[in-house]
Parts: sequence; structure tokens; C-alpha cells
Amino acid sequence: MPADPIIEVKAVSKTYEGSVEALAGIDLALPQGMLSTLLGPSGCGKTTLLKIIAGLIPPSQGEIWVKGQKVDGPGPERAFVFQDFALLPWGSVLRNVAFGLELRGMAKDQREQIARKHIDEVGLKSFESSYPHQLSGGMRQRVGLARALTVDADIILMDEPFSSVDEQTRRKFQEELLDLLKHKKKTVIFVTHSIEEAVYLSDRIVLLSPRPGKVSQIIEPNIDRQDENPDEIRRDKNYLDTVDQIWQILKKYV
Amino acid sequence: MEQRRSVPALAWQLISFALFFGIWELAGRWPISLAFPPFSQTLLALFSMVADGSLAKAYLITLQPLVIGIALSSIVGIGFGIAMGLSRCVEWFTLPIMIVLQAAPMAAIIPLLTYVYGIGVTSKVLAVVVLASPVIVMNSYKGIRNANPSLIEMCRAFLGTRQQEIVKIILPHASALIFAGLRLGLAMGFIGIVIAELLITPTGIGDLITYNSSVADYPNMFAAIVSIIIFAALTIHALERLERKLFPPEIRGLEHAG
Repeated sequence: MPADPIIEVKAVSKTYEGSVEALAGIDLALPQGMLSTLLGPSGCGKTTLLKIIAGLIPPSQGEIWVKGQKVDGPGPERAFVFQDFALLPWGSVLRNVAFGLELRGMAKDQREQIARKHIDEVGLKSFESSYPHQLSGGMRQRVGLARALTVDADIILMDEPFSSVDEQTRRKFQEELLDLLKHKKKTVIFVTHSIEEAVYLSDRIVLLSPRPGKVSQIIEPNIDRQDENPDEIRRDKNYLDTVDQIWQILKKYV
Repeated sequence: MEQRRSVPALAWQLISFALFFGIWELAGRWPISLAFPPFSQTLLALFSMVADGSLAKAYLITLQPLVIGIALSSIVGIGFGIAMGLSRCVEWFTLPIMIVLQAAPMAAIIPLLTYVYGIGVTSKVLAVVVLASPVIVMNSYKGIRNANPSLIEMCRAFLGTRQQEIVKIILPHASALIFAGLRLGLAMGFIGIVIAELLITPTGIGDLITYNSSVADYPNMFAAIVSIIIFAALTIHALERLERKLFPPEIRGLEHAG
């Protein structure tokens, strides 16, 4: 059984100016401590929904509740990982990772100490004084992830974080993400258009259908991640079946 | 790699200068006009003006309104540009004026400045301001407007206030363009001060040019003209190098993710 919902999406619709209907009547309860994925083809409004949950975009109708409170903007319990990394080009890795705490007014020594810990955690030790332009795409996204971890939010919202990273780096990164989350009690909402990525990472997958975005189905891949070696997951029968099952559903929207 | 490229570049520059001065020398000796001295005579005149201190004295006078004018244009121009970039309301009021000012031949209003403010330093300072400030305003404005929307969203997502957004994202992002605006403004300022010194009252370098022209001392006149060209070119070039050092393109945030 899923745990208590930490995020509740109540009848959320979004219509952009020029009457493009991006989302229509989304109802969702996302459980605490799990990795939930919003999956769907382009145009299904998955990023819009994620940004509405983040409080970066106001919904046209409906409400978002996080930990029993109504959302009307970004909050300290939510951290965001951006598709295009959104790093300060003039800031070192250390400054970028500590930026969330810098905005909260934490003293320099203190915030850099915390940032260093998370830089280690994402495998960027010794790159603290490098600048984003000196890093590969994969490393830049590690900086983005470390920045989200640094503010110690319960919920991490990830918007297609691996989409501008090459395939090999992406696989490695996915494995490391699972490993990293195993030891943390974070709730992760992950947006992707890759079925394999969704099944590989998620405890729960929300399938969205496009134009306008609606919840089409919710799938919980029954994969035991605690004991299994990450490489085994990709050969797991449940993994392969779920990938196929989702493809059969999404096929008709493409 | 840098060195291998810069050595031939330097050689080409020297050849190009040599060619230019060679043709000048020939044209002056031919002569194409009595008022056109050969390069060698101009160079000698320049040396003697440096030696007797008349050039230094002239520059001391010329630089005064130039420096005051550029300082004024910088403060007012950057302030205005930033305000235009940050506030829709200020933008709405001033953008059309700025676009007209930038396109208009501003030298044409110098006689008007003389009529209102007389023939003193004030008019010359204003001549510099009128020419230099539009480009400073427009660059500052564009710098603010070009702020990366993704970084602004990031700042909001991590609970940045509007003030933090301006100080930590928008201004650092705009600083390179603002600096480039100052450099272009200074280039316009040089034009402004020379026109002012020729049109309003001959002082400083303008006086050297007008006086030597009136007594038909053409080598001296050309030496004064050449000196202001060299001086302006070197100053602008130095600023350009400083700009590249302070704001290398990869730190400016001009590149995109990939």
C-alpha cells in the first residue's frame, strides 16, 4: 500500500494565453518517500504539471496541497532540478551548489561546508572550484542535483534531468540516483519521456495523455530495488513487462 | 596555439601599417594637395609637439570635458538603462526616445547647446553626454532584458526574492553588455569632444587643429589629427582587452546548455 500522500493535486487545469489547454482536470495523490514519475509524450503537459507543483507556474484552476498546506509559490520543502541545469555561468561548482542556501542568507562558511558534503555525494569532489563551462553535461546535472540536495527539502522535483545527457552517462547517473535515494527519505517527482527510464527508476508511474494533459493510468512496477543489483533490474521480467505494457498504452497517443 | 596564431597576425598588421604609411608618404611628396604633408613631415611635427609640451597641454584641456561627460553619461546612462530593463513603465516612456536619439545625428544639436549653454565647458560636456549616453543606455537596457529566464526561474524555485534575483542573477548577467556599452560610449564621446572643440570654441586639441590650419602649418595640423586618432584607438582597444579579461565569453552566460 502506498504511504500517505505528501502531494495532492486537486482538479488542476492549465490554459495558457492564446487558449492552449495544457492540462485538464488532473487529480493525483503522490505518496511520501517514493519516486513517482510523470510520463508521457511531448505535449502532455508533464513539465507544466511539475512546475505547478513547484509553485513556479500558477494553475488556471484547481489547487496543489503539499504536506497538508495549500501551495501558492515555491517553498522550502520542495527543491527543483532543471532540464537545462540552470547553473550560474559565473559561479564555481561550490557557489552553485551552495546557491540555494546563499539565497536563504546562510553564512558563507556554513553553507559551503554543507555544499561540500553534497558535492562529494554526487561524485564531484575536486571539481569544487571548476566553472560550469569546464564540465560535461552529466557533471553539470550532478551540480544541479547537489544544489537540490543542499537545501534539504523533503521533495525533489526533477524535470527531465537526463534529457540533455548522452545515453551512457544517463545510465550511470540513473543507477547512482537510485543508490543515492536508497539512503535518503526523499520524495521524488520525476518527469521524463523515456519509458525505460521511468520503469527503471520509479515506484509509481503516472501516465499522461496529451492535448490536453490528462491522467491516463497509474502503474506501479513491482520491482524489488532493495536487494537487486542495479544491473539486474534491466533484466528483471517485471521491468521488461512493464516497459511493454506502457508502450502498448502510449502507442495510440504518438 | 594562441601564440602560433598571433605572430603572423602581428606581421600582417605591421605590413598593413607600413603599406598605409608608404602610400601616405608618396601621396604627400607627389603632392596631391598643398595641404597634404607627407608622412615623414607629419611624424616630425608630432615629435616636436610632444617635445615642446604643446600636445600635452592641449590634451589636458580636451580631456576635462571628455572625462566629466563620460562620467555623467555612465552614471545616468547605466541607471536609466537598468531602470528601463527592470520596469515596464519606464521602458514604455523612454524606449521610443532612446531609439530616436540613437539613430539621430546628434552632432546637429550642438549649435543649439551653444545657444542655450554658451561657449564654456558646460556645452562641451553636454556635447559628449548627448553623443555617448544613448548607446550606454541601450546596452544596459539590453543587458538587463537578456537575462536568462531559466536562471530567474531557478532563483525563484530556491526562494530568491525579487531583490536577490536582480543582484545575484540579472546584474551579473548584464555586466558584460553594460561594460561594452561604456566602451562604445567612450568612442562616441571622442567624436563628441572633437566636434565640440571644432564647432563651439577651439580649445585643446581642437584649437591645435584649427590654429595650425589657419596659419597653413599643415604638418602640425595633421600631427594633431593623427594624435587624437591614435589616442582614441589605443584607449578603446585597451578597454576592449580589459573587457575580454573581465568577462570571458564562457563566464558571460552567452553559451547555452549542451
